[in-house]
Amino acid sequence: MIQFDNVGKRYPGGYEALGRVSFHLAEAEMAFLTGHSGAGKTTLMKLIALIERASNGQVIVNGKNLSGIRRRGIPYFRRDIGIIFQNHQLLYDRTVFDNVSLPLVIAGHHHHEIARRVRAALDKVGLLGKEKLYPVTLSGGEQQRVGIARAVVHKPPLLLADEPTGNLDPELSQEIMALFRQFNQVGVAVLIASHDHALIARMGCRVLTLEQGALTIDSRARLTQ
Amino acid sequence: MSEQFKNRHRNRQQRINSSAHNHGDGHEAREQRARATSNNRVSAYLIRHLQVFFFSLGQLCKAPFSSLMTAAVIGIALALPAGFYLLLQNVQQMGGTLDDTAQISLFLQKGVSASGAEHLRTQIAAMPAVSTVDLISPDAALQEFQQYAGFNRALKLLNENPLPSVLVVHPSAAHSVPALVESLMVELSTMKEVDIARLDMQWIRRLNALLDISHRGVLILAILLAASVPLLVGNTIRLAIQSHHAEIVVNKLIGATDAFIRRPYLYSGMLYGLLGGSIAWLLISASFWLLSGPMQRLSLLYDSAFILQGLGFVSSLQLLLVAGLLGWLGSWLAVGRHLRAIEPS
Repeated sequence: MIQFDNVGKRYPGGYEALGRVSFHLAEAEMAFLTGHSGAGKTTLMKLIALIERASNGQVIVNGKNLSGIRRRGIPYFRRDIGIIFQNHQLLYDRTVFDNVSLPLVIAGHHHHEIARRVRAALDKVGLLGKEKLYPVTLSGGEQQRVGIARAVVHKPPLLLADEPTGNLDPELSQEIMALFRQFNQVGVAVLIASHDHALIARMGCRVLTLEQGALTIDSRARLTQ
Repeated sequence: MSEQFKNRHRNRQQRINSSAHNHGDGHEAREQRARATSNNRVSAYLIRHLQVFFFSLGQLCKAPFSSLMTAAVIGIALALPAGFYLLLQNVQQMGGTLDDTAQISLFLQKGVSASGAEHLRTQIAAMPAVSTVDLISPDAALQEFQQYAGFNRALKLLNENPLPSVLVVHPSAAHSVPALVESLMVELSTMKEVDIARLDMQWIRRLNALLDISHRGVLILAILLAASVPLLVGNTIRLAIQSHHAEIVVNKLIGATDAFIRRPYLYSGMLYGLLGGSIAWLLISASFWLLSGPMQRLSLLYDSAFILQGLGFVSSLQLLLVAGLLGWLGSWLAVGRHLRAIEPS
């Protein structure tokens, strides 16, 4: 699903955020990306979503070599990825329903189908019945679940989550992680950037550790507390 | 327009189909997308456009005061050239009716008798370039003069009627072109009975020349003021884009194409233009309504049936169309410049 071959990212000004990173995430695999802030987690996520382009090396996502995707092709590429953000990135002047339906509207689906799928996605994250509310009236955990519903409503084969539990207490974080696990179990590849080591350890998934822009540990660590 | 739309849609369909083909096995979403009939797609597309239209309308209504302010500025910018143009057309129409009244006055020699003048009248009236000839006898002219206050006593001091016979020659319609009328005048002035020939056409020529200049002036004004509309709308849309920065970023991250993000702004621009055009229409209609009363009184004083022409149905439609297009253009320029600059980071 994701393949990095000797990928490096150097920003203008000479700062090297990533250097020679190689790994492979299989289809329907779930992994965590960890490391200190500044280690390059966010940069790596950005390379996968084509928010940034690699300076050298090759990134293949979903069978597509990203260096071959031109600017015009980026929107169509991103429709195959569900992205979840730490700060939710919801539209606060739209209802929960409108927020979640956005990927389907963008893809040009019929409104009957949109309504059906949005309700299915909200049901999955446990927010059915709140579709008419505005995000500000929801708690942080609920807002994050709206963000997750939006990321999965169009059934992408890959989910990216950048610090999805950064602002949540441990209990809520656990619930969110359980959701990711559910999606993974139905065949969605999931890559989660997080520095919450305790949480990662509890999940027992593959962990990729970045240190100063280099991948130092790639293990199927099955640690238990 | 519809052909272009069909093509675009076909291309999109192909893209979706091919992407579904490449890696869509086992994914319900893509299968359904591929299965969706073309009809379904088109109706979804049209519904989407309608939704965006009403969404944009809603956005304008959310801030009615500032929307109206912008539209009013557009309205004034459009009303000025359109109103001037309309006024010019009216003046031209008036000038057209005056063209027919070009007439040559022949002041006959003092010695020509009444029967001689009558004879000359029939002789000139028979000319092909002439439509009718009126004879004003010295007595009739004197009577006319006496009607003016003050002349009465002055004329009584004279022993005899000092006025000559006058023939008023109306050129035929085919010969009322300025150059032909002039040559007719030259021909008539060479007759031995004619003392002085006068052509009252100079002022019509001057009016026409002035109208030409005004036409140019209005055209320049129209271009300048019309150009201000896209700039105005562009600036308004630029501010809207800036205030929706976060929303645009989210849309781009979710896979929205530039066209998708552009659409509501284009509709807003068009709506601003249409609203401005409507205000311009109201301004022009109100101005002409205010002018029509005094204008009618003036034309009555001139014994003319002249009626001030307002905006007709077609002109009104043209005004709205141009206004909408200018708004759309302004928005398109602004969106093209600013959307590209907003990328997720």
